[in-house]
This record gives sequence, C-alpha cells and structure tokens, in this order.
Amino acid sequence: MSNAIHLHYEVSADDFTRAGEASGSVKKRLKSLGYNSDAIRRVAIAMYEAEINMVIHADGGYCDVDIYPDKVEVLLADKGPGIPDVDKAMQEGFSTAPDNVRNLGFGAGMGLPNIKKYTDEMRIETTIGVGTNLYLTVNVK
Amino acid sequence: MNTYFHSVEMDIDKCCGCTNCLKRCPTEAIRVHDGKANILPERCIDCGECIRICPHHAKKASSSPLSDINKYKLKIAIPAPALFGQFNRLDNIDIVLTGLKKLGFDRIFEVSRAAELVSEATRELIKENKLKKPIISSACPAVVRLIKIRFPELCNNVMPLLAPIEVAAKIARKEAMEETGLKSKDIGVFFITPCAAKVTEIHSPNSIKKSACDGAIAISQIYPELTQAMDHLTEIEPIAESGIIGIGWAASGGESAAMLGEKYLAADGIENVIHVLEELEDEHIRDVDFVELNACSGGCVGGVLTVENAYVARARIQNLRKFLPVSLNHLKSGYLDAMKWEKELEFDADIFRLDKDINKAFEMMSSLEDIYSGLPHLDCGSCGAPTCRAMAEDIVKGRAKETDCIFKLKEKIQSVYDQLKNTI
Repeated sequence: MSNAIHLHYEVSADDFTRAGEASGSVKKRLKSLGYNSDAIRRVAIAMYEAEINMVIHADGGYCDVDIYPDKVEVLLADKGPGIPDVDKAMQEGFSTAPDNVRNLGFGAGMGLPNIKKYTDEMRIETTIGVGTNLYLTVNVK
Repeated sequence: MNTYFHSVEMDIDKCCGCTNCLKRCPTEAIRVHDGKANILPERCIDCGECIRICPHHAKKASSSPLSDINKYKLKIAIPAPALFGQFNRLDNIDIVLTGLKKLGFDRIFEVSRAAELVSEATRELIKENKLKKPIISSACPAVVRLIKIRFPELCNNVMPLLAPIEVAAKIARKEAMEETGLKSKDIGVFFITPCAAKVTEIHSPNSIKKSACDGAIAISQIYPELTQAMDHLTEIEPIAESGIIGIGWAASGGESAAMLGEKYLAADGIENVIHVLEELEDEHIRDVDFVELNACSGGCVGGVLTVENAYVARARIQNLRKFLPVSLNHLKSGYLDAMKWEKELEFDADIFRLDKDINKAFEMMSSLEDIYSGLPHLDCGSCGAPTCRAMAEDIVKGRAKETDCIFKLKEKIQSVYDQLKNTI
C-alpha cells in the first residue's frame, strides 16, 4: 500500500460556488504525479458532476479519494434524501433539480449518465432518508 | 531543458527580494533565495506579469535595440496593431507608418494585414470541420506555452495556424525578395512588439523551426523617437492596408469577432485565461466553437511593452477602425498551406510532474502531503516559495529545506532553547 495517496474532502452545501473544489484539487495532484492525461480528465469530470449532485440534492457530504498508479477510486458519501429510483436517475435528461439551480446551467439531467460515461466502474448504494454512497473507479488505460 | 530562450530578465542589483513577483507569477516560476528573485526557466511562459508588478523595476523584457536594423541592407518593420492605440488624437494610421519609415525602415507591413488572413483561414478551417472543437486561438504565445506545459488534453485544440506576426514576416520577406532581388539574409524583418512573450516566440517558436522575424523592438522603446518623427512629417505616405478585422485584433474580442459567428468566447488576463482553460479541460464549457485567449488584460493593447493604458488604447482602436472597410486582405492560392504549423504542439510533461518514474512520484507526493500538513498554510512567501504547497514541493525536490519557513525555524529554535534550559 506504499504506492497509494489518500485524500479526504468535506463537500459543503452552504456555498454553491465552492462546488468543484475537491475535483480541482485532485486534478492538480494527478498532474503532479504525471498521471495519464485522459484518466485525469475522466476523474475530474466525473468527480465534478458528483460533487455538484451532492450540493444540489444532498446538502453536502464528504469525498474520499485513493490514487494508485493504475487507478483512482473515489467514494462520495452524503446523508441526503437518497435516490428513490436509481434506474430513472440514470436516464439522460431526468432531473429533480430545482429551478434556481437550473438557472445556473446545472440540473440538465446529465450528472449520473456523465459519471457513468467517464468512469470504468460506478456503484450506487442508496437508502431513502439515510443517504447515498457513490463509488467510482477510473482505470489508467 | 534550459535551452529555451526567455525574454523576461532580472536586473539583479535592483531586486530587493520582496514577494510581489513571487505572488503574481501564474505558473509559480519564481523563487526568492538569498534575497534575490530567481526565475525557474522551464516554468516561465514570458507573460510579463512580474515585469508589470515589480515596484523596483528589477524585471525587464529583452528586446532588440533600434540600431539592430542597420545590420541589414533592407529593413522591414511589421508593427503590431496595438501600436496604433498608443497615440492621442490619431486619426490616420499612415501617420504612424510613415513615422516608422523616418526611423530608418525601408518597408512596412502591418501585422493586422496578416491577422485578416489568419481570420479568413480560421473561418475556412472551421467550415471544413476537421479541427477538434472548441478551437483555441494560437495567437498569444504566452497562452500557447501555458497550454504546452499545463494542459495536456488541450494541446490538440490549439489552432494549428501560425500567428499573424509570423505570417506577416513571411509575406513581407517574400515580397521584398521578389521586388528588390535581395537575398533573405540581407533583409531584416523587425516586429514592433507590445509584449515580452512575442519576443520569446521569435527566438524559441512553439510550432516552427525558425521564426521569419529577425528581432522584436519594444513599442515603449521606440515610442519617444516615433512620436517625434510623427510630429515632423512633411507628407504622409499611403501605406496602410488593413480593415476593421485586422486592426480589431489589437484588443481582446477582436479576433473572435472576426469569426463572424456567435459561438465564441474571448477571455483576457492570465488568471482568467487559466480559469477558462481549466473549465475547457473539464468540459464545462460546451457549445463554443472558438476560444480567444489573451494573457494580458484587455488583449495585446495591455502588453507590458506598451506605453498607454490598455483601455484607453482599446477605445482609440475602436475609433480608428470605425470608417475602414471590413477586411482588405484575402487568401490567395497556397497561402493556407504556408500558414500551417510545421510541427504539432507537444505537451511538455516534465515541467509540473514530480518525477518521470510514477512510483517515485507517488513517494514524493506522500512526503509532500506530510510536509505540507506541518506548514502554517499562510502562504506568506517568506521562505521564498509562493505558497506553502510550492514550498513542500521544493523540499521534496531538494530545492528547499523545512527551516526556510520562518515559523518552522522559530519552532526549532524554541525546542533547542527548551532543551538547553532543561540541561542547565
């Protein structure tokens, strides 16, 4: 396990403008590691979408990132309302985002589909009223 | 790695070791050691921000003296359109161009003419739809260099066309050779430059083997002589051949307006440019075909080698071009191919990564995070690095030691003192 970097971020829901800070920080570190640039891009985009989701729907949470030479694993955990119908949430264009968020250009219903598109593995554990854990893996190809 | 030429230079006697440039440098390329600033050459993009901020004028941009033109039989000036915004109450560009002739130039070819050709070529390439979108302008060399060292995924988005200055130099030289019968080596082509990055681009081009320019003379350097010459003209020669599009390139937004489309974005000021590049890399910016980026606020009129306030100059440019035709220069056959890059823009991976060997880089990153967590996170710059994180990176790279941090040093002195006290 010597070759792993562990990072932890609190994702605050208080300030919407701070969403994307964790993914930005991870991106910077991956660049310092000389990581494969396609993998960096996929991690950054998937994490960003997930962070935005956490802020819009779940009142924030935390994010744990493990960087290995051949893959990046990310857990995004929140204590939000949970996702009632995961299959529906995975459909492109399906969104439950409120209008104020849509006015900023978010909430187009592309969050989860995009995350799936850019990651190699994606797993959702969700319980209504308890929260959601989103596990992501991006492999270096 | 240090073969790369830089136009930004230090006047070491004037440097007092303050942290102004350190904090302003967008690529964290400056360190202060032993009371003097040093530029890490591989990281410097020659944007000129340190020249702008230094209160002691210890940073300068090297450019050619006007006397350099005398090395050549035929002397050609290719002025940047930003030059035309430097003069109060100017209503005719020919006054500036005739003034340049009085300074000793035999021929003048405005870079704005070439800008119109680059605009037309860009529109052609967008129409052909073969380029990766969004297309990022290649005109600002500081931006291109920044992408080359920091944005690997965007290298292929940079428009593979020469900047207007190169196109102007090539055409001016070719025309002069044909019309005078002189050899290329007898002809000196000099760019009248608003910025340091263009000086660098002439000496170490990003995408061609050798620049067609022989040197760059700073606007600020020839300004006094030029205004004098302009004041004493007996006749004004009709030289200018640029339209609204070409002159408009002087300020931010001009190049993208020349795309004649709506799906463009123009950003200026190096920090804003970096934000846009980050957003482009993360694909947050969609539905845009063309991205114009200028390292200087306001665009080229904001270059560090200009004399006038960027926004005053921009307003003058707006006025000057008001009654001009839209464009006076158009592509001829063969032009487009001659304007293409000779080599692709290759990402320079070595600049920001910790080590070539990824396992070693992981070890360094682990110890970097450890060191960083022990630093005060004040980013005060007293250690000589711009931020605590940069300092931690310097330590793992062997460029600094922990006690360079004055807070760490204080802790250490305190602990030595406590130990001594206990032994007595």
